[in-house]
Amino acid sequence: MKRRDFLKGCLISGAAASLGAASKSWAVGSFEGYPDAMGVLVDTTRCIGCRSCEAACNKEQKLPEPDVPFDDQSVFEHKRRPSEMAYTVVNRYEEADSKNPPFRKMQCNHCNEPACLTSCFVNAYTKTKEGAVIYNGKVCVGCRTCMVACPFNMPGYSYSSAFNPLIKKCILCYDTRLKFGKPPACVEICPQEALTFGLRTDLIKLANERIRETPDRYVDHIYGEKEVGGTSWLYLSKSSFEQIGFDTTLGNEPIISNVKEFLGMVPMVLTIWPALFSGIHLLATRNKDHGDDHHNHSEQEDGKK
Amino acid sequence: MHTKRFWLAGIMVVLLLAAVPGMSLGISVPDNVTLNSQSKIYEPFQFNHAKHIQLTKECSDCHHHTTGTLVQDPNCIRCHRNSGETKEVSCKGCHVADPFSAVALKGKDPKTYHLDKPGIKAAMHITCIGCHKKTSGPTGCLDCHGRTKEGDALYNSGAYTPKHKPAKSGHGGH
Repeated sequence: MKRRDFLKGCLISGAAASLGAASKSWAVGSFEGYPDAMGVLVDTTRCIGCRSCEAACNKEQKLPEPDVPFDDQSVFEHKRRPSEMAYTVVNRYEEADSKNPPFRKMQCNHCNEPACLTSCFVNAYTKTKEGAVIYNGKVCVGCRTCMVACPFNMPGYSYSSAFNPLIKKCILCYDTRLKFGKPPACVEICPQEALTFGLRTDLIKLANERIRETPDRYVDHIYGEKEVGGTSWLYLSKSSFEQIGFDTTLGNEPIISNVKEFLGMVPMVLTIWPALFSGIHLLATRNKDHGDDHHNHSEQEDGKK
Repeated sequence: MHTKRFWLAGIMVVLLLAAVPGMSLGISVPDNVTLNSQSKIYEPFQFNHAKHIQLTKECSDCHHHTTGTLVQDPNCIRCHRNSGETKEVSCKGCHVADPFSAVALKGKDPKTYHLDKPGIKAAMHITCIGCHKKTSGPTGCLDCHGRTKEGDALYNSGAYTPKHKPAKSGHGGH
């Protein structure tokens, strides 16, 4: 093959590859979740702060023994967040009417377009068709980029393990329950049905119906329906969502939207630019190169000319 | 064989006689109801029905539209203004034990209006705790039901209380 033909081929195939890759990555941002994805609707107005969900999670996921019993209410004096010790925690939020303070359970929200998954360069994360965001510890290199990427600050890390530290977070009981069609352990134990399990699409309808039927009980918003592209866990609240510790500044764009345009350019830069600039260089030095093909000179001699 | 069958039939008849007329005539109002008989983590306990009848004015405070003064909730009146008492009065007659099993979720008819019906456990807790909060009744878990050994293990409580840990090891938030 002549060198000119090879370069031409490079140009054409590089352009095709970059266009293909770019259009694919632009489509990612409009993903609205798998049709059969399950979810959990958290009605914070029903939660009584019994911490049964924490206990059930601890046993189901075989987590370490807690520092204090799960029926100890003193933990509510401080705000906690999920860690390697607990994939879910319940926090209490004070209100003017402190007789019935609102409680809120927190755990991984299982985003439709998880930022952890996007940020992971070894593909340790998977969003399953059932809606769970699961994690493969075998390929994880422990870089913790996902912890930075998560807009909800949910992934924990087993800092206590010196040789095989892993990301620790709620997996929606995928291995033991979800994939067999069973609800997560926290949902099953909740005495108040503050946690409702079902198809995510059904839960949104159900939540809207609760708001419509009892408008005095809820603010007119389902947290997680649209936030960062939608999450499998959805929330209803009586007081504003900021008051019970939700970040309401996240917007509705999935985190991947912040990087997809840049990442779409990478193939172009890596494939087109070398070919393009080589081509320009060749064109610019065409006169000098002219006649190369007719003689059997080596590259080095060409350079010397 | 014959005698066995005869005995079985006999027992069935006695059971039916005992259960059916009482229900349909509305005369069997139990003084005590055993609750939690299926639970592994809590002991069964006696719910003092008679005492609660005295404490509440209306049967419908708990049994909503099924007995006593019927529908009062404006949301329900829209359809149930003329609905009579129902045959089934007990909670478990309508509220299922496992509302989130795959079978239960699949069996839901999307055309049903009352899709958002809590399971038996939630129906009871929401009703009991809801009222107890308003009337300053007991609201703690152990105020109503005692925990089994298995329950103590689950909650890391009682005999399973964690030994005091000097340092909060491994509690690394990042």
